[in-house]
Amino acid sequence: MSEMSKIVRTISNSLFPFIMIYGLYVIMHGHLTPGGGFQGGAVVASGCALMLVAYSSGWVFKKVKESDLSVLESIGAIGFISLAFLGIGVTFFYNFLVGSNLLFGEIPPAGPNTGNLNTAGLLPLMNLSVGLKVIAGLFAIVAVMAFVASRGMRKK
Amino acid sequence: MKNARNLIAATALAICAVFLIFSSIMMHPFGKPSDSSMDDYIISNAQNETGANNAVTSVVFDYRGFDTLAEATVLFTAVAGVIMLFRREKHE
Repeated sequence: MSEMSKIVRTISNSLFPFIMIYGLYVIMHGHLTPGGGFQGGAVVASGCALMLVAYSSGWVFKKVKESDLSVLESIGAIGFISLAFLGIGVTFFYNFLVGSNLLFGEIPPAGPNTGNLNTAGLLPLMNLSVGLKVIAGLFAIVAVMAFVASRGMRKK
Repeated sequence: MKNARNLIAATALAICAVFLIFSSIMMHPFGKPSDSSMDDYIISNAQNETGANNAVTSVVFDYRGFDTLAEATVLFTAVAGVIMLFRREKHE
């Protein structure tokens, strides 16, 4: 598949950063607003799929290699499991950061959402690792499928 | 042979229909779960225990972290399967 017309490429160039920022916002605010690692990761991966549609899969694979995506996904998975193992002193998946003075340690007062990002202990970190995993995983699936499809078309 | 197959299919369909009809008759009314002690506990304690304003995230990543771990494993398996299926072959 070759790249699409100049109009499509220009529009996707200007849309791409906004989609990225929105997806990363959904990941980062997973413990405050609806959404989380899975949903935000899906948003970011669809932004990357937009680039895949507008440009060709060969162009995308010049920028990002498939092995890099696999490494990113494995980093997300290992980060998630090791975050769960960090609380093994009490139980697996123990949220030890809540109530401490470390990162994300505050407990918001009961009631309406104060919008304080520095809360919820391990949850934002887990959202980040799951988000990394979903971004890399979904984008790897779409990119590999598009690459193989374009290769098959060229052969005919 | 074909008649026996049709008979088996009709019996299975009838059993499924009976179960579905019975469960839809015996379903509890909407918005009134039969046992809500777990829901009440999470609604009243999730914010203090996990510090997250979003109770759904506190359930998904804290109370039921194992479920999320398995979900992530499912995604990992899917990606590994797709990449293995569409892998570039050496002799091409």
